[in-house]
Amino acid sequence: MLKAIILIGGPQKGTRFRPLSFEVPKPLFPVAGVPMLQHHIEACVKVPNLKEILLIGFYQPNEELNRFLFNAQQEFKMPIRYLQEFAALGTGGGIYHFRDQILSGSPEAFFVLNADVCSAFPLTEMLNFQKEHGEPNSFVILGTTANRKQSMNYGCIVENEKTNEVLHYVEKPSTFVSDIINCGIYLFNPEIFQHIGAVFQKNQQDMLLEEPTNGWHRAEAIRLEQDIFTSLAGQGKLYVYKTLSFWSQIKSAGSAIYASRLYLNQYHTTHPERLASNKEGGPKITGNVYIHPTANIDPTAVLGPNVSIGTGVTIGAGVRVRESIILHGATLQDQCCVLNSIVGWDSTIGKWSRVEGTPSDPNPNDPFAKIDSETLFRDGKLTPSITILGCNVNIPSEVIILNSIVLPHKDLNRSFKNQIIL
Amino acid sequence: MKALILVGGYGTRLRPLTLSVPKPLVEFCNKPILLHQVEALVKAGVNHVVLAVSYMSELLEREMRVQEQRVSSKTPGPLALARELLNVDNEPFFVLNSDVICDFPFKDLLQFHRGHGKEGTIVVRNHQKYVLYVTLVENKVLKKSTAILLPVQPNKKLPTSIEKEIFPVMAGESHLYAMELQGFWMDIGQPKDFLTGMCMYLHSLRQHAPERLRTGPGFLGNVLVDPTAQIGENCTIGPNVTIGAGVVVEDGVRIKRCTVLKGSRVRSHSWLESCIVGWSSSVGQWVRMENVTVLGEDVIVNDELYLNGANVLPHKSINESVPEPRIIM
Repeated sequence: MLKAIILIGGPQKGTRFRPLSFEVPKPLFPVAGVPMLQHHIEACVKVPNLKEILLIGFYQPNEELNRFLFNAQQEFKMPIRYLQEFAALGTGGGIYHFRDQILSGSPEAFFVLNADVCSAFPLTEMLNFQKEHGEPNSFVILGTTANRKQSMNYGCIVENEKTNEVLHYVEKPSTFVSDIINCGIYLFNPEIFQHIGAVFQKNQQDMLLEEPTNGWHRAEAIRLEQDIFTSLAGQGKLYVYKTLSFWSQIKSAGSAIYASRLYLNQYHTTHPERLASNKEGGPKITGNVYIHPTANIDPTAVLGPNVSIGTGVTIGAGVRVRESIILHGATLQDQCCVLNSIVGWDSTIGKWSRVEGTPSDPNPNDPFAKIDSETLFRDGKLTPSITILGCNVNIPSEVIILNSIVLPHKDLNRSFKNQIIL
Repeated sequence: MKALILVGGYGTRLRPLTLSVPKPLVEFCNKPILLHQVEALVKAGVNHVVLAVSYMSELLEREMRVQEQRVSSKTPGPLALARELLNVDNEPFFVLNSDVICDFPFKDLLQFHRGHGKEGTIVVRNHQKYVLYVTLVENKVLKKSTAILLPVQPNKKLPTSIEKEIFPVMAGESHLYAMELQGFWMDIGQPKDFLTGMCMYLHSLRQHAPERLRTGPGFLGNVLVDPTAQIGENCTIGPNVTIGAGVVVEDGVRIKRCTVLKGSRVRSHSWLESCIVGWSSSVGQWVRMENVTVLGEDVIVNDELYLNGANVLPHKSINESVPEPRIIM
């Protein structure tokens, strides 16, 4: 029997996802029309013999999360539970704290997935890899190839090229180590808790010897990457399964549009029914587009490529949407144009207005390039990024909102460019 | 009666339009700038217009013959060179700069001039704060100022010498009178002022010849549309828009405070404010252009682009947005 654990973090995380994470926990933000987490869950339920999915994080129980769990359980006919940490315990501390829950029913192995990644989730392949490489009790990290420069923003893995054993693991090195990076997706067996437990014991010992600190440091707070993988490397226990399938982090809001593109493209094989097509009386569709059935779209609108339209969205005559996410309840009035933007819940864009951002896509000429999770400001100037309208923002007619971030509940009365509007 | 229009110059301030067509022939409110002046002069009884030109004079000559048979155009240099042409009879003559647009008050000017009986009258506005280049000058002035005018180099700008060298002398001898201009006035020598002048002209049309303006659903304020232009459905045009001959505006377009010159096409769902669209240009779908964007002749703006204050030279195809004002060579 197998299980899957999804690490969903908490409200103190995902600040780079503001202002969108004000309204909804980041793991529930819709990517390609469904909550980010649902892509993980759909991949997990496809794994034969996987019986339970546990979400671990430090969000207070909330209505959105409960509703999501309820719907997911109904849809996938599988127990899906949320386990709340008492504090942010890190990627290793969370699973260690809930080890009894994870081990109940005696799973022989379990997956651990970070919620803020977008991936084809080759979980069955990871299982097969574990069985095939001759070390049945090993742990497997999903790895992918990055380019030399960007690899240093990730956990870097040096492998034995013959056996795929992880020889060295360095989290965000300051100089180049390897172009194989950690995808934040793991396959463990119960033995992992012995290694985490050893770190926990050591932490407790250290804390007894140390001067009392401010109290923020806990023995329970354990990071899988720095505290476990680094010491497990080279011990014949840790292996890397390298995938060529798509993978990206979803840190910034800009990367949500990129992740949407990857998932929409995957729908051709996994969920063709989620892709809109050109129909009599429907809008013109170019490329991959998701439209929720409750959206009301004028037939003269032109949508795509890479567009996701949420529930109850209204799109008027002659509207153009490209490379954008339109969240539920938003209204796009006649002739407006939305490019490289996220339009927040219940926002309105007036007639002939233009809402435009600058895409932050990885270099298309580099097959190993990843999306840059850049800082908002560089040299004191806002870096051009996608335009984000928070929830319930009103854009009047005939203005342009370019490379800007508009916080929730704002009524704008003019054009804005390259600004954060508080 | 005669008149001298100081055309001269390369019209560099009105580029990129003047790279294709000499400034006097650029259509202002669907009529060449020069024709506005010539028509007003003809109405006031002028039967001989002398154009002081230097640039693209052949094109100018050809165009004027076609458009206004009664007017013969010559190509002299500065005022001094035009002396022979103007000096035939003993009548006063008008001098005006071709950059200027207003409700040309030539009849009133003539009457005013004859009333005071002196040598020259200049038209001023705003209580003499600004001098207008519409002047009425007695022939005697030319004789008197010969000595001043002759040293002027043929390529030196003439208005400078009139203002700085002739008017002060006339004023000193109590021979210069001023008449205050009623109504609007604008120097339309550069795109920004060209658009402002258009707004003023259309406002004046509203008062004097409202039947020439287009009204009805989809039209706001003062809009001048050539009868051969086609406007699509669900458009909102105006206020202050001029649409030239043969222009096609597709469905769902919003245009305000713009001049669209003849033969151009504006494709569906685009939004234009404070722009001049040059002859035979094409503006794509969902394009936004604003902030005195000027397209030269035969420019193509591809779909979904944003042009902010772009100055596009003729025969260019634009594939990228221009978010900040600049010149596209």
